[in-house]
Amino acid sequence: MIELSDFLILGALLFTLSVAGIFLNRKNVIILMMAIELMLLSVNMNFVAFSHYLGDTNGQIFVFFILTVAAAEAAIGLAILVLLFRNRRTINVDDLDTLKG
Amino acid sequence: MTSILFYLFSAILLFAGFRVITAKNAVHASMFLILAFFTTAALWLLLEAEFLAITLVLVYVGAVMVLFLFVVMMLDVNLEPLREGFTRYFPAGALVAATIVAEMAMVLGGRYFSSENFPAPVPHGADYSNTKELGEQLYTVHVFSFEVAAAILLIAIVAAIGLTFRQRPSSKKQNIPDQHRVSREDRIRLLDIREGGEA
Repeated sequence: MIELSDFLILGALLFTLSVAGIFLNRKNVIILMMAIELMLLSVNMNFVAFSHYLGDTNGQIFVFFILTVAAAEAAIGLAILVLLFRNRRTINVDDLDTLKG
Repeated sequence: MTSILFYLFSAILLFAGFRVITAKNAVHASMFLILAFFTTAALWLLLEAEFLAITLVLVYVGAVMVLFLFVVMMLDVNLEPLREGFTRYFPAGALVAATIVAEMAMVLGGRYFSSENFPAPVPHGADYSNTKELGEQLYTVHVFSFEVAAAILLIAIVAAIGLTFRQRPSSKKQNIPDQHRVSREDRIRLLDIREGGEA
């Protein structure tokens, strides 16, 4: 039988993969955004698993709102990316140093 | 049976996640991300979260990933310089990942989240509707948050259009105030065309 900890470990492994993805692909903004989406997915997995095993629908409501905010974030992030590419002709993180940070 | 499905979907999900972060081509990465979302939807069906599973497929695969693919294909990016440093950062990434896995295993693998503390709930009957349950909660208890979420989506639409909208100087368009301000004298010139008349 599947336990709660199985789902939690799956979520943790997925989260770890996306953290490693941010380290490995630190030059490519598109892959970085995909890693962030993967991260949100792993967190949502934890919410749904707890919601199921505690018999509480509030976890699923929270996932619903996370999905909403993530969709908004992806739309605005990609819009910024398109604007960036139009002005600088690159999406390499190393070349985006206009703010001299 | 459920356990076999769980381990099968987990294996596919982890493989897809691994390919997302290691794929050489951004299109391949987004395709594997789509696979990851589909597999997660299947796992959520195992957890009796039917509404969210369908929402994940509709919203994420249907909207967000299509947007990702559009952007990936629209930007003609030379990927070679973006790949440099991949092997250089691999040890650091692997170290951080291994640390997180070890910490999570210590917390999650213990007795706190085992089946004694969190027994598997009784499966719902065939007449149980997850969508109805969520809808009742969403439109009564969480109605304010729901409206805030709607406002956030509206702001996202306006922001995305406002950021990427540009006017080309060569494009032809109407100037409505100028059209309204025009008078009869600006447009009509009366001519006397009788023979011998003044032009």
